[in-house]
Amino acid sequence: MAEGNSNSLAVHVRAVSKTYGRGDTQIRALDGVDFDARLGELLMIVGPSGSGKTTLLSVIAGTLEFDAGEIEVFGASLHRLRPREVTAFRKRHVGFIFQQFNLIPTLNLIENVSVPLLLNGESRRVAERKAQTLLDSLGLQGRGREAPTNLSGGQQQRVAIARALVHEPQLVICDEPTSALDKDTGAHIMELLRTVARKPDRCVVVVTHDSRIFHYADRMTEMEDGRVQRVHELPAHYEQAGDH
Amino acid sequence: MYHIALKMLIGDRGKYAMLIGGLTFAALLMTQQSAVFFGLLMWTTSHLRNMPAKIWVVDPKVEQVNELKAMRETDVSRVRSVTGVGWAVPMYCSIQVSKLTDGNFKPVLLIGLDGTTLVGRPPTLLAGRLEDIRLPNSVIIDDLAVKRLSTGRQRPLGLGDTFEINDKEARVVGICKADRHFFGYPYVYTTFDQAIQFAPKVRKMLSLVVAEPANGWTPAQSARQIEKETGLKAFDEDELFWSTIWWYFRNTGIPASFGTTILLGFIVGVAIAGQTFYTFVLENQRNLGALKAMGAGNGLLARMLVLQAWTVGVIGYGMGVGLTVLFGLAVLEKGQPPFMLPYQLPLATFVVIMIICTFAALLGILKIYKLEPAIVFRG
Repeated sequence: MAEGNSNSLAVHVRAVSKTYGRGDTQIRALDGVDFDARLGELLMIVGPSGSGKTTLLSVIAGTLEFDAGEIEVFGASLHRLRPREVTAFRKRHVGFIFQQFNLIPTLNLIENVSVPLLLNGESRRVAERKAQTLLDSLGLQGRGREAPTNLSGGQQQRVAIARALVHEPQLVICDEPTSALDKDTGAHIMELLRTVARKPDRCVVVVTHDSRIFHYADRMTEMEDGRVQRVHELPAHYEQAGDH
Repeated sequence: MYHIALKMLIGDRGKYAMLIGGLTFAALLMTQQSAVFFGLLMWTTSHLRNMPAKIWVVDPKVEQVNELKAMRETDVSRVRSVTGVGWAVPMYCSIQVSKLTDGNFKPVLLIGLDGTTLVGRPPTLLAGRLEDIRLPNSVIIDDLAVKRLSTGRQRPLGLGDTFEINDKEARVVGICKADRHFFGYPYVYTTFDQAIQFAPKVRKMLSLVVAEPANGWTPAQSARQIEKETGLKAFDEDELFWSTIWWYFRNTGIPASFGTTILLGFIVGVAIAGQTFYTFVLENQRNLGALKAMGAGNGLLARMLVLQAWTVGVIGYGMGVGLTVLFGLAVLEKGQPPFMLPYQLPLATFVVIMIICTFAALLGILKIYKLEPAIVFRG
């Protein structure tokens, strides 16, 4: 399944396996997965529930240990790093956008967005200034001191995008970013993500069930039973998606 | 990130209030009950402060200062003859009955001091002259006696007024300040010779002998020598203080009763703080998981939890001890219940509250350490 030359690869996954549970209850979530994501692309991972796409996203993001195989993300071999080094890698190089946004309700928008900068050692003053600027650029001017609960779903997801991008990570991981949003809001969010992915040193990986947004992908990886079944380039798949 | 931790804590107002409330209650219960307990113990040793002397010589069977057994009057001379004793004088101490103007009776603690030296005199005289105690039928009463014995009078008992002790007239020549006694009886001071006139006649009238060590002897050394040469029991102040305290520990239910309440305070603190904080962590699991996914290490999250726990601990402690102090100020004004708040007590409460909070934080930390950051990707 490997495609493209290694210099243009953001994520390089080879023969990765991951099993949950033991004995009769054992589930093989990833079964020797090979997978690549290129620099400057928005790649979607699709497939039915239980196909292993969230597990694949988790191991690429470094949030889940895997049993076998190799993963390189922007040149860092996750399989060789110690847990503490993986955490440090995530902190610096990975941005997260979650299905349920996962904004901390007791913090205001600026504080929520400033968290990755604070984790990277930025001072509170600088972090909050950068967060404010980014929120303004995402159309949330003057709302930085509000609680996330005062915002609509789309606005909350924009805050989550701001939080994912504020420390300028190379890899942006998105888990069902539009499933909790209506069609128009979802489209707006995907436009934003596609803009992010266009930068040459970035890569956006999106796990989704939402066929309304398939056409935003540069490529699409289909998973089933813990394996990558097919990889679609956008133009061919775009027409199929339009048929849905 | 620490301000983020504090905002996460304070933002969850329900749990924040419950944590503060629980810890305040625990700190209040532990400090206030301990202060009342210590105050009560201090009341048991009030004789030592109201009749100050370096060496107390008593009957060999005596174990504590509130249960004195009468001695022979010749024992004073025997003590005086002991090597290492500078001087020794007799003292009378017993509970007698006073009669009030309205016909009621009140028990009083009648103290008879050596008429020559007035050793054991009250430490603080509020009115009158100490020397006047030598005048016939004269007594010095403490401020509690003024309150207790004034019932039925148009004005409080004062200098020159009289009342009866065992149907004998006593004239007030002085008013002093004295520590409250365990039984709550007022102190009435007179000379030894007059005290045995006020008291009903019995075979032995000497309650104890108070003594001073000779030059070059410590009170403890002198006390041991007295015991060796006379067979009587002798204590220095410190020995009698602790002997009395331990007697109450061994022979009354007071420590167990207060200890149970103090333990309850601790358990309430552990239960409320531990459970609430653990629930707080559980409910914030996704947020903490998100922080973990974004690169917050276990160490940082553990420090954040400890900061949160210690913050509520310090606030709860401050409020609990503050309420205890307010209680203390109120009761000290009234004189009861007993209350004593040495600096060690709030310090000990602080340590206990911090232990409770550290325990609560540890429960959360254990959860955090097991928490996989990938939890944020699960529905």
